[in-house]
Amino acid sequence: MSVMEEVSLARPEIKSRKTFSQQMRDFPWWGVVLVLGITLAFVAMLQSEQYRAALQFIVNPDNTTEIAAGILIKTGVRVTLLVTVVSYVIALVLGLILGIMRVSGNPILFHLSTLYVEVMRGVPMLVLILWIGFVVVPGLRDATNGAFELSRVQGGIAGLALGYAAYLAEVYRAGIESIHKGQMEAARSLGMSYVQAMRHVILPQAIRRVVPPLANDFVAMLKDSALVSVVAVPEILQSARLYVSRTFRAFEGYNSAALLYLILTLLFVFLVRYIEGRWRVDA
Amino acid sequence: MPEPIIKTVDLHKHFGQVQALRGVDLEVMPAQVAVIIGPSGSGKSTLLRCINHLEKPTHGHVYIDGVDLEDKKTKINAVRAEIGMVFQLFNLFPHLTARQNITLAQQVVRKRRDAEREQIARDLLARVGIPEKADVYPGQLSGGQQQRVAIARALAMNPKIMLFDEPTSALDPEMIKEVLDVMLDLAKTGMTMVCVTHEMGFARAAANRIIFMDEGLVIEDTTPEELYRNPRHERTKLFLSKILQH
Ligand SMILES: Nc1ncnc2c1ncn2[C@@H]1O[C@H](COP(=O)(O)OP(=O)(O)O)[C@@H](O)[C@H]1O
Ligand SMILES: [Mg+2]
Repeated sequence: MSVMEEVSLARPEIKSRKTFSQQMRDFPWWGVVLVLGITLAFVAMLQSEQYRAALQFIVNPDNTTEIAAGILIKTGVRVTLLVTVVSYVIALVLGLILGIMRVSGNPILFHLSTLYVEVMRGVPMLVLILWIGFVVVPGLRDATNGAFELSRVQGGIAGLALGYAAYLAEVYRAGIESIHKGQMEAARSLGMSYVQAMRHVILPQAIRRVVPPLANDFVAMLKDSALVSVVAVPEILQSARLYVSRTFRAFEGYNSAALLYLILTLLFVFLVRYIEGRWRVDA
Repeated sequence: MPEPIIKTVDLHKHFGQVQALRGVDLEVMPAQVAVIIGPSGSGKSTLLRCINHLEKPTHGHVYIDGVDLEDKKTKINAVRAEIGMVFQLFNLFPHLTARQNITLAQQVVRKRRDAEREQIARDLLARVGIPEKADVYPGQLSGGQQQRVAIARALAMNPKIMLFDEPTSALDPEMIKEVLDVMLDLAKTGMTMVCVTHEMGFARAAANRIIFMDEGLVIEDTTPEELYRNPRHERTKLFLSKILQH
């Protein structure tokens, strides 16, 4: 009997020998507990008048409206999602450009990109958002005599996007560098320019590798979007803080905020898992 | 007297302290098939890679069809399009099918129309003996099949020169012949070829020149028959006895 046959015959046996504790280990109990817990908490909260008021204030308030990116936004949840998605898309594009600059042989591009990445990674995101909100935005407004004034939401988006671009640049760079150098050589030996080789040979392979880490960073960004509350962007946390300062009900206000964040991140965590699974099968 | 299609003059290449090439003067005439042999680390790959400027020489010049690659005005991408290269590890593009591997550079470098490049890809896959693998990804091909696709990919550019860097040394023994047969057919068409290989059967059948390199220098440059009958240098004799043992 050949080695191959032995292996294929042995395989089902190995599976059936999985112990009870291994099977228990593989089942996503944590997810069941989490979903049950959230559902119970949510139902319980809806029974209470105070919690209903807190959730109402964050999810569907009567006033506090702002227009950002041409969309009328009113609720904390929608502001959080808008800030996250817009910042993420900007960071994806800017990060890709910075990542390519970092692997390119051009010294000016390399050093510019490295400078940017190191500065941004050396400053806490919170400080960056405050700095843009209270230094850059007023500075631009005064310098242009009010012609160029970012809204609070736009300032918050700029801070998150500029900061995350530096992180994502590193993800892209690692992805590009993980492609064997023979790929670039083969492309160049066929007469392709550096840009053509990047575009048709290196990036298509690198992007596939960075989709899972990039998707994870979306979830991280969703949570970090709470930071823009410091520049009074009316997202979930800011709405909760407003609610607490008006009613002095910290318990209800922050519990509601935490629950809403948890629901949102979990939805995306499951989405990321799904994407990762799909991608692994394709690759 | 025709002009050499490849000419290197006093070619040096240093990697830090390592002197991979230490003054190589080589002329290859059109339609010549030159086989380069020599011990590992003797600079064979570096010489090939200098010929298409994947490595920039530390000193000296490479001329392709009389064009100096060191000249700032030389359009290196245009020169490279005329020089096919086949690598030891194939370096096929794994995200593209065999057919797409062959059509990509035709599209972006040669700017050929869709129908033309597809036709060329079909013809070349038939020529290397795997017409049925057009829509298969490299990961599903055997090593020998991958290397034949890689040769087809290079040929699709209609190069004037083909460089081979140990094209069979990563292959299982039973696949070596299928690749060498493709190379042999190519040699018969009058292609200028420079092949780093220790396949002596191929050298005898296809090469009109055999070049022995050691420590970054060309030690011997002669015909295959002459090299076997009468190697001039001790080092050549020693090396030949080693590679002819198996
Ligand atoms: N990119 C590189 N960086 C540093 N050293 C290198 C590089 N490429 C080749 N070398 C060195 O140059 C010498 C010649 O290498 P190579 O041309 O690959 O030899 P061969 O192909 O004959 O085995 C070796 O000592 C090798 O280690
Ligand atoms: Mg080599």
